[in-house]
Amino acid sequence: MPELSYREAVRDAIATAMREDEDVFIMGEDIAEMGGSMGVTHGLLEEFGPERIRNTPIAEMALAGAAIGAAVQGMRPIAEIMYEDFLTLASEQIVNQAAKHRYMSGGQVTVPVVFRTQGGAGWSPGAQHAQQLEAWFVHIPGLKVVFPSTPEDVRGLLWSSIYDDNPIVFFEHRTLYGIKGDVPEKIEPIPIGKARVHREGEDVTVIATGRLVHESLKAAEEAESQGVSVEVVDPRTLQPLDTETIVGSVKKTNRAVVAHEAVTRMGFGAEVAAVLQYEAFDWLDAPVERVGAKFTPLPFAPVMEQFVVPHAEDVLQAILRTVGKA
Amino acid sequence: MAKVEEKRSTLPKGVLKDVLREMLLIRRFEEKVEERFRAGELPGFLHVAIGQEACAVGVCRALEDGDIIASTHRAHGHTLAKGTHPNELMAELYGKTEGCSHGYGGSMHLYDVQHGNMGANAVVGGGLPQMAGAALAFQMRGEPRVAVAFFGDGATNIGTFHEALGMAQLWKVPAVFVLEDNKWAESTPESQHSPIRDLSDRAKAFGMKALKADGQDVEAVYKTARQALDHARSGKGPVFVHLDTARLHGHYIGDPQVYRDKNEAKKLAETRDPITLLRERIGIPDDEFDELDAEAAEIAEASVEFAKAGTDPAPEDALKNVYA
Repeated sequence: MPELSYREAVRDAIATAMREDEDVFIMGEDIAEMGGSMGVTHGLLEEFGPERIRNTPIAEMALAGAAIGAAVQGMRPIAEIMYEDFLTLASEQIVNQAAKHRYMSGGQVTVPVVFRTQGGAGWSPGAQHAQQLEAWFVHIPGLKVVFPSTPEDVRGLLWSSIYDDNPIVFFEHRTLYGIKGDVPEKIEPIPIGKARVHREGEDVTVIATGRLVHESLKAAEEAESQGVSVEVVDPRTLQPLDTETIVGSVKKTNRAVVAHEAVTRMGFGAEVAAVLQYEAFDWLDAPVERVGAKFTPLPFAPVMEQFVVPHAEDVLQAILRTVGKA
Repeated sequence: MAKVEEKRSTLPKGVLKDVLREMLLIRRFEEKVEERFRAGELPGFLHVAIGQEACAVGVCRALEDGDIIASTHRAHGHTLAKGTHPNELMAELYGKTEGCSHGYGGSMHLYDVQHGNMGANAVVGGGLPQMAGAALAFQMRGEPRVAVAFFGDGATNIGTFHEALGMAQLWKVPAVFVLEDNKWAESTPESQHSPIRDLSDRAKAFGMKALKADGQDVEAVYKTARQALDHARSGKGPVFVHLDTARLHGHYIGDPQVYRDKNEAKKLAETRDPITLLRERIGIPDDEFDELDAEAAEIAEASVEFAKAGTDPAPEDALKNVYA
């Protein structure tokens, strides 16, 4: 099995799809010569040319809207939104247009577009370049929301997203671009709506997304050494959500922690907690613990930023609370 | 080759009678919509384009098969002119499954993909970037098609307008941006919403070709639209078409228009009604005109009957079509 970084895995999915299918192309700010602000599209201009590796003006509404318009006409565009924060600029087109065309037309229209974006703290960009806004988009019927945390998942899920006939907001985490992992020789599509159990355990289930998957795996190791067996589940796609796997896991372990980097309040974990209390009420031996960022914009000073966003230690403490060991 | 004949740069006199018929149909249809709304039969929020029929008909007549449009909240005229049957349009306004959006859309979300209508839009300026993107798809695939976005003067202030026109011109995509300048952004007059008096100047900022026409003169609209479409289709880039038009009624049905001098609409109706202007232009005898008019009224009435006899969606149909 070859090893790819998360960044290379994203690139491989894009390039492979573009090699096989002329309808696939990518557009975004600084994605051509510069290779994207995160280097994801590095080298693609040479292979595919400026028509299909298309630099756009700094105009997120037009970027998103043009991708939607091309998608409705049968293309499979990938629109790179440089930072998640800039989804706010593109939101009119994503929320009012892409998500609703099929519905408002009574099923006449399909919108096979992927809005790829990235965010995440840990490098002190301040309040406007690292937010985690995935929960906003899970709230919109008509959108699918994908948030992979490993090279294998990001490649297989991006592939499936490109070939899905619905608009997809595809979240990548900035701090994960450099991580490496084994991937299948050939791209294997990963079904949208299927969680991954990263680690099996008996006492507590941690349902984590993005960077917090990795923090949760660290926390699980530490908990193990303290005699607590932890299962770590990554939903990978937030909409649709694999409730079967999540609820099944909690029915086995009887305890749950939800963990993400986004602000805890009204975060994606709130929905997971609600699902669990309803579908696994009689199995729960402790309140569902929630781990997320404190309710503040992201600060600049590294010590403050570190304080605001959650880490493995926060997940560990939450795990221990569920078993009465904190 | 009949098609080539038909798509001449001007409308032959014989065709003008058909054009009049089409404009009359839109007028009588929309008057019927007003009537049924006031009778309490139509749910939702409705905007008629009475006075703007020549824009819709002139532009849509100039389109080729395969060309597409994106409309606005004031969409009935565009929809009919693009080929949707009045019955299907009226059924949509009644929320019936036979409607052109099968009851999911309503007046502000009229779609008819088969006829190249990619959707009316309840967000001002919402369709503009999408037509730039559709045109990009045509360009990338080498298809000789044009994407047309309709919008009003109010939309020339919103970000999507500026972003979409800039992007379209940058990439020289085959799009035509049709400004129906009725001088009102809902209740706000152009003098209060735009810092410039000639909205064609907007196009200059993007280096985009701009054409102007009297939007009440359907022949002029057609001719200008042809010119714009030819330019876009030939790969020379998008065109901004500025149509000077007049909204004879309120922003929405039931709008008391407290913001507007009562004489203004009256005067416009007397001097700028595109149907009257065309009627005079072609010198159609009164009895012939009355015949066309009666025919239009009948079709509008029949559409109401069709719609009322239509099928209500099952409430749980609301859960369909969320995802493909």
